[in-house]
Amino acid sequence: MKSLAEPRKWEGLFWPILASALLLALWHYCVRWTATTIFPSPLDVGRGIAELLREGVLWTDIADSLRRVAVGFGAAAALGIPLGLMLGWSPAADRVVNPAMQILRPISPIAWIPVAIIFFGIGDYAAIFLIFLGAFFPIVVACVDGVSNVPSMYRRAGRNFGLAPWRLLAQVIFPAALPRIIIGLRIALGIAWLVVVAAEMIAVDSGLGYLVIDSRNSGKRYDLVVAAMLLIGVIGLTLDFGFRRIEKIKSVRWGFRHGP
Amino acid sequence: MQLSVRLRPVIFIAGLLIVWQIAADRQSVHLLPGPWGVAGGIADLLRHGLLLKYVTASLFRVTWGFILAVVLAVPLGLAIGWYRRAEMAFNPILQVLRPISPLAWIPIAILWFGVGDLAAIFLIFLGCFLPLLLTAIQAVQSVPDIYVNIGRNFGLRPFELICRVLFPAVIPQLIVGLRITLGIAWLVVVAAEMIAVNSGLGFLIVDARNAGNRYDLVLAGMVMIGTIGLLLDMGIRSLEHIKSSRWSYSED
Amino acid sequence: MQACATPPPALEMLKTKLRAEHIHMVFQRDGKTTPVLEDINLQVGDGEFLCLLGPSGCGKSTLLNIMAGFLSPSSGEIRVDADIVRGPDPRRIFVFQERGVFPWLTVEGNIAFGLFKLSRSQREQRVSHYVKMVGLEGFEKNYPAELSGGMKQRLEVARALAVNPDMLFLDEPFGALDSITRLIMRTELLRIWEAERKTIIFVTHDIDEAVQLADRVVVMSSRPATIQQIVKIDIPHPRDISSPRYLELRDGILEQIGLAHKV
Repeated sequence: MKSLAEPRKWEGLFWPILASALLLALWHYCVRWTATTIFPSPLDVGRGIAELLREGVLWTDIADSLRRVAVGFGAAAALGIPLGLMLGWSPAADRVVNPAMQILRPISPIAWIPVAIIFFGIGDYAAIFLIFLGAFFPIVVACVDGVSNVPSMYRRAGRNFGLAPWRLLAQVIFPAALPRIIIGLRIALGIAWLVVVAAEMIAVDSGLGYLVIDSRNSGKRYDLVVAAMLLIGVIGLTLDFGFRRIEKIKSVRWGFRHGP
Repeated sequence: MQLSVRLRPVIFIAGLLIVWQIAADRQSVHLLPGPWGVAGGIADLLRHGLLLKYVTASLFRVTWGFILAVVLAVPLGLAIGWYRRAEMAFNPILQVLRPISPLAWIPIAILWFGVGDLAAIFLIFLGCFLPLLLTAIQAVQSVPDIYVNIGRNFGLRPFELICRVLFPAVIPQLIVGLRITLGIAWLVVVAAEMIAVNSGLGFLIVDARNAGNRYDLVLAGMVMIGTIGLLLDMGIRSLEHIKSSRWSYSED
Repeated sequence: MQACATPPPALEMLKTKLRAEHIHMVFQRDGKTTPVLEDINLQVGDGEFLCLLGPSGCGKSTLLNIMAGFLSPSSGEIRVDADIVRGPDPRRIFVFQERGVFPWLTVEGNIAFGLFKLSRSQREQRVSHYVKMVGLEGFEKNYPAELSGGMKQRLEVARALAVNPDMLFLDEPFGALDSITRLIMRTELLRIWEAERKTIIFVTHDIDEAVQLADRVVVMSSRPATIQQIVKIDIPHPRDISSPRYLELRDGILEQIGLAHKV
């Protein structure tokens, strides 16, 4: 969708830098004009990041958040993909299970916290459980979606060549559904990242989410609050990019002809 | 469909409920209630008029946060999507903001709005704004160039182009985006209420646990959250059906 | 091929409607330059049916887009009625393949799209006239999703004609249709053309289509495209596709492009 002539290459760097610089300047001057003592300016945030890096606490927090995401997301994928494939393979089974899922899905993982605490106590496992919940449903849905969108002619071709059902699933259906499944995994990873931060604000005492709330509670260090938020954004973005790299691998790339 | 087939999901859910009841009965310490206990909790809430009060509070915040987000994000997103350079300029900032959970904004929300309705609405607004903006941008970019060229060919000026070509073309995707974002809003309100306000279904969950370990009320709250979330989703889907059966070109 | 009303005036007597002068087109993408068109010079007569013929990807669509004003040539200019073309204009309507039809408007809505300057009654009159002309009566309130490919193509032609343009540009309009529908559509197009005598420039890669439809066929080479040959088809409509003259002209073009007779 172009409204003007094709932008030049240098503009790909120029405009974002200009916009970001302007917004930072606006932020800075708003802080100045309102003469607030609490809300940080961009410089304060920068210094906050440096401080966090120096103290080394930051690295443990980042590691903790990433670890929880890895375990929770991994569990969600390990359970969700097979379930999703099965439900996608058998629309009858999907019709049975789907309503139950539709009722559970709108319940924010955060709402499960009291239940999670009963089962796991306050700590890592509760957070991991919440991340699992957050990532599970999107993964299942994506798998069902992926399988049911495999053109039926692929199934027919597979049977034509005499493939047994499990082979059909593994060698035809799964690769054909893979692009959509990977997109679903990427989205679920993004959700997992959102949930871990929220979970850490309530149910654990380490991690980036905890850093956000702790910085406020113990000393109103809003510069650290914003610094932590920015780090959350950057790391989340990096995870997303990393995943998109997977999408670029040739054997999967055919499914992304039209772009994600 | 025959009745027996239609009943299967119901039977499945009933089966899950039975398993739950059995598991609850067999607890050594009776902390978590079974389905009966939850039903009792819901009845309890109804009797005290709390259910209606909390549901209204949550819906109120969702409505305001969501509408604010729609009103601001859709036009802005359409504009940014239309002007290539605007998208180039703002995309990096948006991509960095996107992975930040709205809940991470809580300290700032409380700083600016105090504990209460406004903070919750702000958080919901944040949770909805970015996805809607990105959806609108994407929708504009996916409008086939030839539609715009046809509009120009027939002599439409830019404003008419936007009203008569761009807008109708993006509506299906916008509606899908609205549905997804409403779901997000519902997730955020519950979480926000658990942390930053003193009413609503999310607050119910936290409060019921803190003030006496009333897990029957906790689970009752969760059930209500799930049900209302589902109803909201079904509501917007029916809107999608009206549009798509008329134009039959959504779900592309 | 159906009967026509009156024989067309001899081509030599037509005044020039469109003139392409020294058109060069070079595409730049990621630092790579691809020359697409090289020194195209062409004159199109008023009311003429001209075909641009060439293999896929040779640049004929690019040339058509330049003529219609959607692209600017790297050098050279297009003149219509002695004015330089600087952008798209309602007097020169471009017809895409049926995907150009707006899915959110009915048949009536689509045809009326360009008629916003007319009064309501004038609009309705025009719409019903063109609905009849392209043979879509009974489908006025239908949406494009309910129409077949051929019908959508007709709808697009109706929409184009409704604004009474001087020129029509058609870019392989029948490419997505099956061959039987294509034959029918060619007849329809000729019928419409004979009724309203617009200047038509038609892009195709189908040699038979070109020889069946056009007054003149501009044979283009592959990239970078130049005009290899301009063949005048002097058979009056309706054209018998088994007549010796038809086969002679067609074979001539086949030879020009370098294709053998036998498969």
